[in-house]
Amino acid sequence: MITLENLTVRFGGVISLDAVNATLPVGTVGLIGPNGAGKTTLLNVLSGFVKPDSGRVVAFDQELSGLSGHRRARWGIRRTFQTEQAIAGLSVYDNVAMVHEHTGGARRERRNAVGQALEFVGLSAQQSRAVGQLSAADRRFVELARAVVGRPRVVLLDEPAAGLPETETNRMGEAIRAVPQQFQALTVLVDHDMALVSSCCESALVLDFGRVIAFGATAEVLGDEHVRRAYLGAEDIE
Amino acid sequence: MLAISKRAWPTVGVPLVVAAAGLVLPPVVGRYWIQVLTAAAIYAVVALGLGILYGRVGLVSMGQIAILAVGGWTAVRLEQAFALPFPILLLATGLVTGAVGVLIGLPALRLSGLHLALVTLMLAAALAIVLTNAGFPNGGTGFLGHDPLRPGNVVLPRPAWAASDTAYYWCTLLVCALMFVLALAHLHGRPGRAWAAIRQSEPAATAAGVNVTLYKLLAFGLACFMTGVAGCLLAGSSGGLSVYQFAPQESISLLAVVLMAGMGSPWGAVLAGILMKVMPAVLDRIGVSSSFLLILFGAGLVQTMVMSPGGITGQLVHDLGRRSRRQRHAERPEVTPGPAQDSDGITASGKPVAGIRAGGDAHGGRPDGSGTVQPPAVSSRQEAQ
Repeated sequence: MITLENLTVRFGGVISLDAVNATLPVGTVGLIGPNGAGKTTLLNVLSGFVKPDSGRVVAFDQELSGLSGHRRARWGIRRTFQTEQAIAGLSVYDNVAMVHEHTGGARRERRNAVGQALEFVGLSAQQSRAVGQLSAADRRFVELARAVVGRPRVVLLDEPAAGLPETETNRMGEAIRAVPQQFQALTVLVDHDMALVSSCCESALVLDFGRVIAFGATAEVLGDEHVRRAYLGAEDIE
Repeated sequence: MLAISKRAWPTVGVPLVVAAAGLVLPPVVGRYWIQVLTAAAIYAVVALGLGILYGRVGLVSMGQIAILAVGGWTAVRLEQAFALPFPILLLATGLVTGAVGVLIGLPALRLSGLHLALVTLMLAAALAIVLTNAGFPNGGTGFLGHDPLRPGNVVLPRPAWAASDTAYYWCTLLVCALMFVLALAHLHGRPGRAWAAIRQSEPAATAAGVNVTLYKLLAFGLACFMTGVAGCLLAGSSGGLSVYQFAPQESISLLAVVLMAGMGSPWGAVLAGILMKVMPAVLDRIGVSSSFLLILFGAGLVQTMVMSPGGITGQLVHDLGRRSRRQRHAERPEVTPGPAQDSDGITASGKPVAGIRAGGDAHGGRPDGSGTVQPPAVSSRQEAQ
């Protein structure tokens, strides 16, 4: 599990995260909220890209605050980005293999680990293709394979289905649901697609203006009046 | 040579022809052209270093000619101080210059793009000023070893086994080939993959476990190591070292030529060396001022940026590959192209594919509408060439 203790992040006068406290359980946790709520900032704090002004992050009894971004990756935190970031100049195989080799994966295990990750996302047959030749959806799946290769402990997915058609979103949802069981990784999913969040996440944490406004079982959280108010506005609720 | 298949010509045949030309030319051409070819080989290594920095990592360095001067200065100074054997001198010069490169790379950890270009250009200008005042070591006293009463170029003594211009040309070619092998070993190994990730996105590279700081400094260190070795070779070449050959604008010309020839490609680096050193000699021989090259390079750069961003070698490989695929397709008329194909969409096995083009994102969707279409087995390394 991941414990967030009093996390606060400020960008100038803007408070992006405001004393966030939560304990994310093992499984898949949805991280939702309106635009600008602080979801990506929280992922950036978890992956070491943003240093919090105060507070700390403890994951599986390991204090992460002192670890830089690439050391967190080696520790086991993997992530995807809102804008897909598969490396266009490398093949599908090399895209996944380079994560394995730079996160401390043993060379003798690489072929199997990469093969397992590619099979998981359904890209085994395309492993020698250059990523620049793939469709947008497949590049998203390459990113997912990069996030699960080796032995990830935490997988952070930042809008992995953004811009995908419904069929590919469903395919992505199936893959995300299988991550915790197949890779034993705590998964955090940020997305605006509530159907995807509902189908993938056992629990959900809702941020609004950097504050936690709801946290619990996904179905209960999505039915919460405060959450609906944050998403839709007070007038619409009433 | 005839045994090379048509498909292999772009990647094997053309390089073999170029290499054979480099080996065959010395007995045929005169001493002047041997010296020109020696300089071209040296500048090809400098271009390769710049190609790695900018083409593979995305770090713009406009100070590589100044680094070449640092290599030349270091080689002469080390030789005068310790009289090292030539191979050891090459290595030591490379290591010292590589260390200087790492120091220069430190600002690159915070800067990128135009800002890094400006900083490195200013560095080149500063080094040029230092060189103008301090000169190259010519047997004087003190750390600088420069005696102002001894004018003229400074030439590094050659080893006995490479005393003649032809022998030194072979020696230069061998060392340059080793530098290319060193660069390719990095590009196709763990550093190359890390650099590709950094070039795409530093946050994504970090998230993949890449130590961005380390690999950026490694890129500067490697590029400057190779450039330092090139500086040592230049010091021993016929012209030797003169403070006037390392002006800051030379770095700008080098960047333009490398972009025009093919950034990040080894064969682009070879062509850049030829353009930098052989073209001026050709113009000189036909009575045209070599300054005219600046206009040619400028026009060529604009043409390249607009028409073929991969540079001349990138375009050549692409065109030869396309021609080869067309010929194969013509030889196998039984294979019927699917509806989504274009003229490039033929696999090595002769099977048609849909919309496969270099960087063809717009065509990058999965083949549809044709039951026969399959993606080609193109490795990233082939693509990267």
